[in-house]
Amino acid sequence: MPATATTTGIPVSIRGLRKSFGGEPVLQGLDLDVKAGEIFALMGPSGSGKSVFLRHLIGLETPDAGEIRVGGELISAEGIGDRIRMAMVFQSGGLLNSLTVAENVGLYLSEHRLKSPAEIERIVLEKLAVVELGPEDAAKYPAELSGGMKKRVAIARALVIEPQLILFDEPTSELDPLVALTIGREILNLNASIGATTLLVTHDRDLAFGIADRIGFLLEGEIVALGTPEEIRVHPHPLLQRFLKAEFR
Amino acid sequence: MFRNLGELVLLFAATLRALPRVWQERRKVAEQLFDIGNASLFMACLLSLFIGGVLSLQVGPVLVERGLGSALGGLVALSMCKELAPVMMSVLIAGRIGSAMAAELGSMRVYQEIDALRTLNLNPIYFLVLPRVVAISIALPCLVIFSNLVGWLGGALVALHNDRIAVSWTAFFTDLQQQVEFGDIANGLIKSFVFAVTIGVVSCHQGLATIGGPRGIGRSVTKAVVNSFVLILIMDYVLTRLLLPFDNGWAI
Repeated sequence: MPATATTTGIPVSIRGLRKSFGGEPVLQGLDLDVKAGEIFALMGPSGSGKSVFLRHLIGLETPDAGEIRVGGELISAEGIGDRIRMAMVFQSGGLLNSLTVAENVGLYLSEHRLKSPAEIERIVLEKLAVVELGPEDAAKYPAELSGGMKKRVAIARALVIEPQLILFDEPTSELDPLVALTIGREILNLNASIGATTLLVTHDRDLAFGIADRIGFLLEGEIVALGTPEEIRVHPHPLLQRFLKAEFR
Repeated sequence: MFRNLGELVLLFAATLRALPRVWQERRKVAEQLFDIGNASLFMACLLSLFIGGVLSLQVGPVLVERGLGSALGGLVALSMCKELAPVMMSVLIAGRIGSAMAAELGSMRVYQEIDALRTLNLNPIYFLVLPRVVAISIALPCLVIFSNLVGWLGGALVALHNDRIAVSWTAFFTDLQQQVEFGDIANGLIKSFVFAVTIGVVSCHQGLATIGGPRGIGRSVTKAVVNSFVLILIMDYVLTRLLLPFDNGWAI
C-alpha cells in the first residue's frame, strides 16, 4: 500500500532505544525508520515491549539510552508538542470519563483556546461524522459507549489535532471482527485523507497484513523481522512463523 | 519516604509556578469549589455543632463549680477558632475530599486518561492539580469560619440548656466577644490555609503516582488520607508555635 501523495506526515527515526523496568530489559537497542505518510505495524507476542515502544514515541516514557527523532527533532526537545502535531489512540481509548463525547473530542481546541465555542462544536460534529458517529452521540458520556465507539471517539479526538504522526495502541483489541474491520478501514481512510504517518502496535494479524505498508516483528525488545507484508509472510524467523500460523486446529 | 517527600515538594513547586494560570482555569476551580461545598457543608455543620457542644459539656461544669461559668464563652470560642475548627475541618476535608481527589486522579492515571492529556499537549498540573489545590485552599478557610460560628452556637446551646452549666446566652456571648480577637480567628484561618494546601498537594500527588490497577487506587486513597492526617497534626504544632508571638490582635 503506497503512502499518499498529499502527505502531511513526518518521518520517525529511532536509534539504539533501550529501556528497562526494575532491571528487567524491555527494549534492547531498537533501531527503526518509519517513512513520512507510511502505515507501519509493529507486531509481537504479549510482553515483547510493543506498548512501551509506542509510549516512547510520544514522550510518555523516557529512554534509558538511544534517541527518537520525530520530523527530525528529538522527542525530548523543549516544546516539541507545539511544533509537531502528534496524537495517540490508547488501547482503552483514554477518554476522560468526566467529560461528554463532544467535550472529549473538542478538548484540545477548547483547552488551547484555538477556536471559538461555535467553531469547536462544528469541528467536533465533523470529526465524529468521519468516524461514523452522529450528533446524538455527542452528549453521551464514555461510560455509555461500547468498546468500539470509545475507540472511534478516541480517533475523532486524535483527528481534531490534524496530526502529522498518529499512534495506535492495539486498535482492535476487545472488538468483534466486524467492528475491528471498521476500525481498520477508518485507519486506512485517515491515512489516505490526512496523510499522517501512522504507527500501530497490534496482535491482530489480519489488521497488520490488511492495512500496513510495512510490518516489524518485535521479540524480547528487538525487531527481528522487518519488511512489507509479503516479505514478512515468508520471513524465516521460526517464532514469527509460529506467530503467523498459530491456529486452534 | 524521602522520595515521596521530594516528589511532594516538586509537585508543590510546580503548582506554585502554575498559579499565574489560575484565572484561565477559573471554571474548573469553581466546579471544584461547588463539589467541595456540596460534599462537606452539611457534615461540617453537624461536626462543628457537636464539637462546640461537647466542649461546653466537658469544661462547663468544672468552670461553674469554681465560679468561673462566665468564662465559658471565651474558652469555647478560643478553642474552636484557634484549634478545633481548623484541625477538625481539615481532617474532615482530608477524609472526604482528599480521598475523592486521590481516587479520581488515581483512576485517571490507571485508565490512561492522564497519558491522553499529555498526548494532547495538556499539562496535568494545569488541568488537574491547580484547580483542585486552589479550590481546596479557598474552601477550607471558608468552612472554618462557618465551623467557628456553628461551634460557638453549639457551645452556647449546651451551656444554656444543661442543668449543671446553665450559663445564659448573653453571658456566653458577652465573654466570647471580650475574649476573642481578630488575631485568634486569623490564626485558625492561616492554619487551615496551610492544611488545605497540604491536603490538596498530598492527595493529588498520591493520585498521580498511582500504579497497579484498582488495588493501586485503593492504596493511593489510603496513603493520601493517612499522610494528610499525619502532616496536618505535625504542622499544627509547628504553626501553633510559630503563630504564638502574633497572638495579640484586635478585639472584635
